[in-house]
Amino acid sequence: MQQVFKKPVSLKDVQTHFCPGCHHGTFHRLVAEAMDEFGVQKRTIGVASVGCSVFLYGYFDIDVVEAPHGRAPAVATGVKRARPDAFVFTYQGDGDLAAIGTSEIIHAANRGEDMTVIFVNNTTYGMTGGQMAPTTLVGQRTSTSPYGRNQGKDGAPIRMAELLAQLEGVAFSARVAVNNPKNLMDAKRQIKKAFRYQAEGKGFSFIEALSSCPTNWGMDPIKANERVGTEMCAYFPLGVFKNAADL
Amino acid sequence: MTKRLFMKGNEALAMAAIEAGCRYYFGYPITPQSDIPEYMSRELPKLGGEFIQAESEVASINMLLGASATGVRAMTSSSSPGISLKQEGISYMAGAELPGVIVNICRSGPGLGGIDASQADYFQAVKGGGHGGYHIIVLAPASVQEMYDLTMLAFDLADLYRMPSMILGDSVVGQMKESVIPNKRPERNLPPKDWVVRGKGDGEQRVVKSLYLGDGELEAHNWKLHARYGELKAKEARWEEFMLDDAELVVTAFGSAARIAKSAVMAARDKGLKVGLLRPITLYPFPEKAFLAATERCKKVLDIELNAGQMVEDVRLSVARDAEVFFYGRPPGAGSLPTPEELLEQITNYYV
Ligand SMILES: Cc1ncc(C[n+]2csc(CCOP(=O)(O)OP(=O)(O)O)c2C)c(N)n1
Ligand code: SF4
Repeated sequence: MQQVFKKPVSLKDVQTHFCPGCHHGTFHRLVAEAMDEFGVQKRTIGVASVGCSVFLYGYFDIDVVEAPHGRAPAVATGVKRARPDAFVFTYQGDGDLAAIGTSEIIHAANRGEDMTVIFVNNTTYGMTGGQMAPTTLVGQRTSTSPYGRNQGKDGAPIRMAELLAQLEGVAFSARVAVNNPKNLMDAKRQIKKAFRYQAEGKGFSFIEALSSCPTNWGMDPIKANERVGTEMCAYFPLGVFKNAADL
Repeated sequence: MTKRLFMKGNEALAMAAIEAGCRYYFGYPITPQSDIPEYMSRELPKLGGEFIQAESEVASINMLLGASATGVRAMTSSSSPGISLKQEGISYMAGAELPGVIVNICRSGPGLGGIDASQADYFQAVKGGGHGGYHIIVLAPASVQEMYDLTMLAFDLADLYRMPSMILGDSVVGQMKESVIPNKRPERNLPPKDWVVRGKGDGEQRVVKSLYLGDGELEAHNWKLHARYGELKAKEARWEEFMLDDAELVVTAFGSAARIAKSAVMAARDKGLKVGLLRPITLYPFPEKAFLAATERCKKVLDIELNAGQMVEDVRLSVARDAEVFFYGRPPGAGSLPTPEELLEQITNYYV
């Protein structure tokens, strides 16, 4: 009998610590699948950031450097410049990338560093207990926006995929989701495309991955999954915002 | 014959870094150290290396962290306010046992302060600086030749002990020109870097990290780091002794302050006062044993610094129990560099 579905080689055979219904685990799998398909596992150096995904070296069977909160793009810059032959990616949450690490992501992108950034946007700081993030939607209640995010006071949620697409150094920028099979298949395609940009030395590639956080949204996994497709997709449209070279 | 060059301290430091095998530099401009990034931006591309002017000191120390994790020799340099920004990354490098050379050509503070020579970053350099209770190797050059030699040593010590090392200078040693003999890189047995991330290939996964959440893991990790500090103290303390044998008063100072102090000590000798100089070259590890030995017989120590008193605490902890330690310093600022005459007066006062 032919086996049609199996665990990616780049993932370890272990249970993750993610909450039920969290999309982090799904994105881990998609990234690992892309790694397998490009055959880059053995030359990959991942950069772990601070947030619920910090333990990614426990799940991915690859070499990993851990970065301080928000600094993964700078750490990855050092890694890639010293080891241009390595395949380098960062995996960062929205608090990590769009708040404390805004400077690092903008400048790494602008330099056109030959790396891939997986940006998991769940509109909240997951690990620290659901505080307001730069991506928290207007009106969304969090533990530090108990009356709902107020645009007049807190500003509007940042659309990173669009923002980075403006920069010359960015070769590829897309926003994806995994809330239904169609989006999941598309997410897989876009992640592979982002990887191919790096594999072919075409510059900085960016994937914004819309993700659920049932625990901190106070929703069951099904409701949280629905919210990604409705509220989140309404403000953060899925799509490709920059595609510098035809692949 | 080895050639002799006439050059600035900052340039000698950059030249030594390259001789030591440093091919990656990450930095951000700030006076009085900008000659270092300028030199590296000119020379590294010729050698197939990389120079990156980062968007901030925060980014540059993290680029150093990333490069160092792959096993290459890399450096960053800055001056006081920039070093404050680097502290986060330095703490992470210390936690992840990453080598790397960090240069602080200190200016005067706190805050924006001024660009005058200062030694007010002593505490920040030797007491950890960032969070978490760690130490890094700290070397304090007092001449252009030492800017060269100690920089080369800093790379070896960082690799030997798997920890960041810092050159702590100031605008006097950074900006002055002196002759320097550009020595070749000394032969030294260094441990293999079998911990670097490289893309695992067919080998085992490697992770460079400072997060230890398992039961007792972090405590064990910290004890391991602390044992290494003990080994450093035992093996790597360095200092200079000048006319100490018959001294009735030991003057101590480091870096550029030690040069002024040495002039004052020589002037005191001319007047018939038995005064000597003990100059710490490594500020961490502090040469505790040298102070204890010097004060077994001579019970008076005068510590001189370009600040309001910082190293003096380590001196007090290191001298013999019954030795007296005095302090003279000038908090930095334009025109506040003490003259040899001023120091001679202090020496004379405490000598009696
Ligand atoms: C300098 C610093 N500030 C704050 C923190 C605390 N902290 C840990 S994780 C985190 C938020 C992570 O949120 P996000 O990036 O959105 O990732 P998620 O957990 O949602 O996946 C914060 C603020 C830290 N570790 N370091
Ligand atoms: S807190 Fe949120 S982001 Fe973190 S694992 Fe749980 S569901 Fe996922």
